Amino acid sequence: MALTPVENQTPGFVAAVAAAAGAFFGLFIGTAQGSGLMGVVGGAILLGVMGFVFGNMTDKEKPLRWGILAVFLVAGFVFAGFPGLVLGGLFGWFFGWFIFWLATSRYRAHLAPYLTPGQVLWHYSFRVICGAIFVFLITPILVVMPLSFNAENFFTFTPEMLRFDPEGYSLKHYRDFFTNADWQQALWNSVKIAPMATILSVSFGTLAAIGLSQPHVPFRRAIMAILISPMIVPLIISAAGMYFFYSRIGLQGTYFGVVLAHAALGIPFVIITVTATLVGFDQSLTRAAANMGAGPVTTFFRVQMPLILPGVISGGLFAFITSFDEVVVVLFVGSAGQKTLPWQMFTGLREQISPTILAVATILVGISIVLLATVEMLRRRSERLRGMSPG
Amino acid sequence: MKLTKLTALAVTTALVAPAVSAQDMADEMTIVSWGGAYSRSQQKAYHEPYMEKTGVKIINDESSNEAVAKLRAMNEAGNVTWDVVDVVAADALRLCDEGLAMEIDPDEMLAAAPDGTSAEEDFGELLVGDCFIPQIVYSTTFGYRTDMVPEGVEPPNDICDVWDLETYPGKRSLEKRPINNMEWALLCDGVAKDEVYDVLATPEGQEQALAKLDEIKDDVIWWSAGADTPQLLADGEIFMGSTYNGRLFSVIEEQDQPVAMMWDAQVFDLDGWIIPAGLPEDRLNRALDYIMFATDTQRLADQAAWISYGPARKSSAPLVGKHAELGIDMAPHMPTDPANAQNTFLYNYEFWADYRDDIDAKFQAWLAK
Repeated sequence: MALTPVENQTPGFVAAVAAAAGAFFGLFIGTAQGSGLMGVVGGAILLGVMGFVFGNMTDKEKPLRWGILAVFLVAGFVFAGFPGLVLGGLFGWFFGWFIFWLATSRYRAHLAPYLTPGQVLWHYSFRVICGAIFVFLITPILVVMPLSFNAENFFTFTPEMLRFDPEGYSLKHYRDFFTNADWQQALWNSVKIAPMATILSVSFGTLAAIGLSQPHVPFRRAIMAILISPMIVPLIISAAGMYFFYSRIGLQGTYFGVVLAHAALGIPFVIITVTATLVGFDQSLTRAAANMGAGPVTTFFRVQMPLILPGVISGGLFAFITSFDEVVVVLFVGSAGQKTLPWQMFTGLREQISPTILAVATILVGISIVLLATVEMLRRRSERLRGMSPG
Repeated sequence: MKLTKLTALAVTTALVAPAVSAQDMADEMTIVSWGGAYSRSQQKAYHEPYMEKTGVKIINDESSNEAVAKLRAMNEAGNVTWDVVDVVAADALRLCDEGLAMEIDPDEMLAAAPDGTSAEEDFGELLVGDCFIPQIVYSTTFGYRTDMVPEGVEPPNDICDVWDLETYPGKRSLEKRPINNMEWALLCDGVAKDEVYDVLATPEGQEQALAKLDEIKDDVIWWSAGADTPQLLADGEIFMGSTYNGRLFSVIEEQDQPVAMMWDAQVFDLDGWIIPAGLPEDRLNRALDYIMFATDTQRLADQAAWISYGPARKSSAPLVGKHAELGIDMAPHMPTDPANAQNTFLYNYEFWADYRDDIDAKFQAWLAK
């Protein structure tokens, strides 16, 4: 469905844009091979020439694209074996598509006809920037995952792994995690600490949020600021402060001390999410409930709570993740008896770079994805409900 | 009269004796160490037999890296939660000076050798400072990739090969601190071994060492954790690098990587226990009981079956046997083995105590250049 009638571009234009793209990808490949500059120049020349030559032959698009793909596949295989084949295939497919996409002006077809060339350029630059941000955010997490199946005890892509040889992969780091007493103790500690901290954060945080949403409470803003300060103060400062305070009152190095410290960190998340939900809560409902004879407690549990539940749960999940991922405070407030998973990972990373850490990281990433997906689903549900409820 | 005296004596003995023999001992203790293979060797050689013998619960804390800072904080907060702490000798000296570690009396608190030699004599000159209970001798030395040695060239066997970028191209990894690197640099700049510290004490000597390091600066990756060099070697990222000899042993023998040792000019250092000052009576008794057990001749020799560090007692050396899992002879892998120890340094505690801050500052400034 073309919004704008298009015609083929001049080879010069295709060559210039293709060269820019080639320089961009060449930078990464060149840097990986030791010289970024060589990569930029090489990529630009290669793509520029391809753009100039193929830009004129748009009538033979299909065979040419297959040809480019084949050449890149072979070149990749010759240079770097099997991984090169995969990479070469990806690049070959992309460049083939990209050159003809430019040459036939397909990029212009679905954009509004009145856009200036500058606006068209920005339209695509914006998408490239967004894509690059995603890549930089996600790649470090994705790289960890295959490495956790390494058959060697190092953070290294072995030649066997790159050849996709099953010999190069193993589940031994996962086995180590599930059989090693240190890791199991750490997991068990985390599992004991995080839910308790979550329960405390949710109870106190919800109460605080409800209280602070009452218009008659004095100094609401100041109290709010104090309660969410653990989120703003640098963690290391809170941790050092808690260490000296808890030491004096005998809570340092105890299970309850760590739970309390994590609850303090989790409360701001609960307050913020519950306060946000309460904005959409109609106070006349509580008055109606009171009018019908319900006490404040009944009103809370039967009327208010079900309506703000999504906010409470997502706040609770954030509090859970905070406690589950937290390392600084527990290093100060806990003692070795409360060693949590992140603590174990931290010392493990410093003392022995073992891929068991990557296996644990992969598992934790999995758990985090599940939890955050739950939060997102709850948020949507709450939006749907709010859309249907009056007010 | 005599009778009453005797009775009184008997009564006092009866009253005192049980109090002494049933010394109050805590039934849980926290032992701090470095983590990794090293902690494992201690758990196998010391903790497990000790727990079996006494039924005590041992909690392992892997915080030796920040032991000095944490002990200071604990002391300030009046809440020392550690019972026995594994530190390098230099840290032990600092803790001792600051009054954070307890002074020990070797003959009183440590077991004598099986042949009756006193502990003081058995440990000998390794008993540095008043608080340090030596456990192992380790060394900082070099490992190199055997498959990256250029063809037709002898593998490196001289400390100055680190500077020889022409014969042995490739990156090197060195520890991100002046200690050891400065000594090696001077040695390779023609300073005689017994004059190294005299030269290094002068500003010109320090400049000379840094100038020598300048020659390879562009090819150096600086490490700060003991696990870094093994990882870099396994990656093939570097040709050679310095680290603790036990780490290299694990890379070579346990992980089967194409790496070999270069022992020339290795620097010996000591690692051992301290007991934090000011422990309550019951925990102190437990800590002393553990130390008495864990530093006897047999126990120190047992540890060498798990890791390639030399036991600190002379009487343990003949008892060092085979690796507990690999079954290979451990003696040739010890830094103290005569074949490996032809050219060695001993970490110069006095020199570095006096000059560390000064040289550290210069080294960091040089790094940032």
